[in-house]
Amino acid sequence: MNFDFSEDQKFLAGEARKFLEAESAIPVVREVLNDDDKAYSEGLWKKIAEMGWLGTAVPEEQGGLGLGMLEMCVLAEEMGRVLAPVPFSSTAYYLTEAIKLAGSDEVKNDILPRIVAGEIIGCYAASEGPGHPDPASLKTTFDGSTVSGTKIPVTDGGIATHAVVLAKEGSGASLVLVDLSGAGVTRKALSTLDPTRGHAELTFDKTPGIRLGKAGEGASLNDQLMDKVAVLLAFEQLGGASRALEMAKEYSLERYAFGRPIAGNQAIKHKLAEMYVKNEVARSNCFYGAWALSTDAPEMPEAAAAARVAASEAFWYASKENIQTHGGMGFTWEVDCHLYYRRAKLLAVQAGGPKVWKEKLVRALEQKNAA
Amino acid sequence: MDFNDTPEEAAFRAEARAFLEKHLKPKGSAPASRDRVNMLEKAKAWQKTKAENKFAQITWPEEWGGRGGTAMQSVIWGQEESKFDAPTGPFAIGLGMCVPTVIAFGSDEHKKRYVQKALMGEEIWCQLFSEPSAGSDVAGLKTRAVKDGDEWVINGQKVWTSGAHYSDFGILLVRTDPKVPKHKGLTMFIVNMKQPGVEVRPIHQASGGREFNEVYFTDVRIPDSDRLGDVGAGWKVALVTLMNERLAVGGSPGPDWGEIMEYARSQGTLSDQAFREKLADWYVAAQGYKLTKFRTQTALSRGQTPGPENSIGKIITANHLQDICNSAIEMQDHYGIINESDRMPADAIFQQSFMWAPGLRIAGGTDEILKNIIAERVLGLPQDVRVDKDKPFDEMKSG
Repeated sequence: MNFDFSEDQKFLAGEARKFLEAESAIPVVREVLNDDDKAYSEGLWKKIAEMGWLGTAVPEEQGGLGLGMLEMCVLAEEMGRVLAPVPFSSTAYYLTEAIKLAGSDEVKNDILPRIVAGEIIGCYAASEGPGHPDPASLKTTFDGSTVSGTKIPVTDGGIATHAVVLAKEGSGASLVLVDLSGAGVTRKALSTLDPTRGHAELTFDKTPGIRLGKAGEGASLNDQLMDKVAVLLAFEQLGGASRALEMAKEYSLERYAFGRPIAGNQAIKHKLAEMYVKNEVARSNCFYGAWALSTDAPEMPEAAAAARVAASEAFWYASKENIQTHGGMGFTWEVDCHLYYRRAKLLAVQAGGPKVWKEKLVRALEQKNAA
Repeated sequence: MDFNDTPEEAAFRAEARAFLEKHLKPKGSAPASRDRVNMLEKAKAWQKTKAENKFAQITWPEEWGGRGGTAMQSVIWGQEESKFDAPTGPFAIGLGMCVPTVIAFGSDEHKKRYVQKALMGEEIWCQLFSEPSAGSDVAGLKTRAVKDGDEWVINGQKVWTSGAHYSDFGILLVRTDPKVPKHKGLTMFIVNMKQPGVEVRPIHQASGGREFNEVYFTDVRIPDSDRLGDVGAGWKVALVTLMNERLAVGGSPGPDWGEIMEYARSQGTLSDQAFREKLADWYVAAQGYKLTKFRTQTALSRGQTPGPENSIGKIITANHLQDICNSAIEMQDHYGIINESDRMPADAIFQQSFMWAPGLRIAGGTDEILKNIIAERVLGLPQDVRVDKDKPFDEMKSG
């Protein structure tokens, strides 16, 4: 039995934690939070590129480190812990994986080295309004060479250089790579529940784009891409949930009421124990997702969905009960609890919410059962 | 990251499997027997066969008849044995908890007298700690031992004793000094269960079954030489027993997400949206439990000490079982109230487990105690307020 990260991967996690605790401390997050004109921390983004993290899972022939998805999972957890206010997921998960999955050699050789060098920021544009985007009824269209339509919201849409757009093509859907410096792109910044990550509305008017994969493959490619992204986002959620539990623990030990630390009350102890249980259920499911992701296992659909469902629940519970544990202080702008509460919600709905993933999970189980 | 054995683990697994195949039938190949008496004889015979071939108590030193194996080998043995119709029940508590306590605290005479016979399946042991007014707070027990010459005279009552009716010996925790605080007045003894004054009565459980017992002690005499540890040191001895409990108590039997999914499919209710969301949650919880065990096994396989993550196990499984059974019954609507195995799907397993689940949430540590343990030992939060901590036991209220 070898169901854990290797010593090397754990070492990477430790190094990443040291780096991020120094470079992405809460003041860095708050700079983005408090400044409406800031959609990310440029300084931190530059340093992350210098560390080579953007090339973690990029093949060496395209300038990457050629490590694997397990290393990406490790980094994702650490990014989630500190609420890193950078377009890491948009670039290193969505854009990178979309291109690795379905990009032509030409696209790979063009884009991936520039991602590694920190010259490109990605974003993923699928949502067009309330509800999960259905590839069968998209309003945004692709005519084989240009994209037209409106996507809202797009995480990191205001700062991205390239977008992966889910668009209708003929009777099917396609994933389209769009250079956002092209013609007909309008961006409008959005105010969201999580201002530590920038969001925008993107409108395309006959904007040139390159299809990733074949025409009509978009729905299936999008599913595969979402499975990969789901595992990585689940690790970010796991990192956030773990930190929220630590915060609740630390505060409950130093906060006195009725003559002793509130941590001595069973109402608090059991709440924190419940957080721990949810976090460990999430961690075990995330590990399984990491295994499936790193081995291209046929179990990927249910593994990704289970990781996502478990981690969304864990982060939601830990972030809301962390505020509760902090009492009135937890409801102030100055105390950091709300930052985790905000991020928990963004990560939970960003790549399809819990309802969507529960349905995907049950469908995967049905298919497995039928096979 | 993978789920494979190391070459050494694979070799041991193959050896274990070959041995099991030679002696037992795979699970499900024959209908389960309900013959309790015969079952006990079978269990004794299987225990003897295992012991003679060094497959009993894998981690015990060879000196005591064990294999001197690793914790990982013990896990592998358990995994393989559970795939066969192996009658192991009557020995789990004795060999898992009681006899290790005898080995840790008994005299050389005790070890010579008891260990080998228990290992060979000739004698069965039970554990006598819980009392009607001492469950979660077991150190609050009242069964009294009074010194009389070289003997102790025992009076009192124990409860929830598994296997007391077929046990030959037990380890018995009693109060020898009520004038000191509760933890300090306890002493542990070996007790012969077949002697006069020991009366075993089955408990009629809420589930309708009678798997557990209460045990009454009336002027039972135990020689001082059958004491385990010092007078007043019984709590320290009990902690060693209870530490072994976590290793001895296994997974939870009962229907899981697969069974209820199959049932829903057969009833045409699998398309119900609310049901599908619950099914996803059950899968995630069941996987969470299973995969967490894999993480623990990974630590063992790497020769490391497992982390505390395993402590989440019973909280998840007991509540999970209760929830699944409740949903299955509600899915059956009024018909679900019928508890006849020949009328109901899956032999009424949902109905039967529904009545078993409340007990599972209590046995071996209630949900609340387990959460306290996670909060205190894993997260490092303070202990509860204990008003009885430094007061003489006989000055405290109980009930």
